[in-house]
Amino acid sequence: MEQIKKTVKKSIFKKDQHFYLAMEQKKQTVKKSIFKKDQHFYLAMMLPGIAFLLIFAYGPMFGLFMAFQDFVPAKGVFGSDFVGLDNFKYLFNLPDIWRVAYNTIFIAVGKIVLNTIIPIIFAILLNEIRVKGMKKYMQTIVYLPHFLSWVILGSVVVNLFNLDGAVNQLFEVVGLDSINFLGSNKVFPHLLIWTDVWKGFGYNSIIFLAAITSIDPGTYEAATMDGASWWQKVRHVTLPGMMPFIILMTILALPGILSAGFDQVYNLYSPPVYASGDVLDTYIYRIGLIGRDYSLGTAVGLIRSIVGLVLIYVSNKIAEKSTNRVMF
Amino acid sequence: MKEKFGIRQFTIYTIVILLTLSCLIPMLNVVSLSLSSSAAVAGNKVGLWPVDLTMAAYERIVNDTQFWRSFGISVFRVFASLILNLFMIVTLAYPLSKSKRFFHARGLFMSIILFAMLFNGGMIPTYLIIKNLGMINSIWSLILPGAVPIGSVILVMNFFRGVPKSLEESAWLDGANPWNILTKIYIPISLPSLATVSLFSIVGSWNDFMSGLIYMTKIENYPLMTYIQSLSVNIAETLQNSSGMSSEQLQSLLAVSDSNLNAAKIVVAIVPLLLIYPFLQKYFVHGIVVGAVKE
Repeated sequence: MEQIKKTVKKSIFKKDQHFYLAMEQKKQTVKKSIFKKDQHFYLAMMLPGIAFLLIFAYGPMFGLFMAFQDFVPAKGVFGSDFVGLDNFKYLFNLPDIWRVAYNTIFIAVGKIVLNTIIPIIFAILLNEIRVKGMKKYMQTIVYLPHFLSWVILGSVVVNLFNLDGAVNQLFEVVGLDSINFLGSNKVFPHLLIWTDVWKGFGYNSIIFLAAITSIDPGTYEAATMDGASWWQKVRHVTLPGMMPFIILMTILALPGILSAGFDQVYNLYSPPVYASGDVLDTYIYRIGLIGRDYSLGTAVGLIRSIVGLVLIYVSNKIAEKSTNRVMF
Repeated sequence: MKEKFGIRQFTIYTIVILLTLSCLIPMLNVVSLSLSSSAAVAGNKVGLWPVDLTMAAYERIVNDTQFWRSFGISVFRVFASLILNLFMIVTLAYPLSKSKRFFHARGLFMSIILFAMLFNGGMIPTYLIIKNLGMINSIWSLILPGAVPIGSVILVMNFFRGVPKSLEESAWLDGANPWNILTKIYIPISLPSLATVSLFSIVGSWNDFMSGLIYMTKIENYPLMTYIQSLSVNIAETLQNSSGMSSEQLQSLLAVSDSNLNAAKIVVAIVPLLLIYPFLQKYFVHGIVVGAVKE
């Protein structure tokens, strides 16, 4: 009796197994076919965006061939003569290019360094403001320049730093000699760096302020118990706590080394300060678009893009090593 | 623990207040310049407060047809770019937020998009593409090249990824198709990050003067920022071309005619941004923190 019972149960189970297996398979095929339909849907969805990228991002990349041609607009990229590296040889013999490269790197490095240090200091100081509401109003004001165009801020800066602008008037009152900020090659690059810091220090401090608030308050209490002074707390608690953010932001800024900011420079510079203020982007604009030497302008642009790509790769590697975080 | 207000606090407050004022005072100066008489402006008498309060500059702007034409171009461009950008961001970010198992071609498309972000053809080839497409002097040259803001696509994609999978699964079991899932679940849930990228788009296209400078050859097609920029360039050119007078003389001469008018134009150009500034502050902070802290 027992034996029979067992076999019956087994066979029933077996049948069930088959049933369940069949069910499972059917489910899978249904799911698969739905997935297939989804694939087409996703592909169709991406089509417009990818098409725009192909035209307006990949199209110009194709145009980089001009850097190796004696490009004549009437003949187009296909018909123009191939000249190999002639454009680059010519370029590297121009005295301008080295000066422009130096200006670009000097201004960009200055901006990267100060755009990190000043916002950190500002974030630490702002965090000390305890008067209720005051902090918020201040943030509202210091974020503002970030949202304004360099066209606007350019004329504000010119207004202030003109020969008879407010700053020089102030100098006069104090008894200092007036400085031609916008016309002196000695001062101009520093004006570019510091006005850029001025535009962005409030906004750039947001991330560091977030970093400070993420530090465990218990650490501060412990430090206070041990009799640490304010400066010691900043030095040994706040700064180490912010370090991952500081490293990350610096690395993220690194690829910008060859873009010293077209908008800003274009709105502030003038021929007397080309020697110190001309950067790669403005140079490309002037020789390529104003001077209509398309091939030469493209050649400079190609170098700029390649160096940028290499820097992104390098900074990504550094980020991976130092913070265990990849950007892409 | 209450700390007492000592020398250190005093120093800190002073520094922070000075830095804050450094952002405020130049702006106030522009406003008071725009409200002062040209004579007072030329005489360098205007500081933080208008001298000989007058609306003359603003009255001149009202009759300046080119200013309003450029203003209109900028407004149209902002709205058109916003709609186009949002469409592109959502349609790209949604499929890319699926894992490879659910969207087989994800890897390929992701690399297409990332490479376009990391590498570009540069100013001259882009200009030639626009030119060959016949878009020089067309308003579309201000809108179409920036149709796909890749950084925003990645920001929204990361946000979509954070949406709980169970929501999508239950909708799927109820028979919803991907389109329904996108419009009924993903978009409503992602409104904060969509607001962030919208503001990126608005500020970016309102402030951009470079595309107008490059793609427009006639001043009547300039967007507002390019138009305002061209005013100061004209002054610089006049300064250069005139050899008779010293540059300081000429500068003050030009200042008489235009400084308060230009200041008024700047003030009017800032107003739209000030109107959305409360949103800007809220969502830009959201964007920068999401973009950098999470990944």
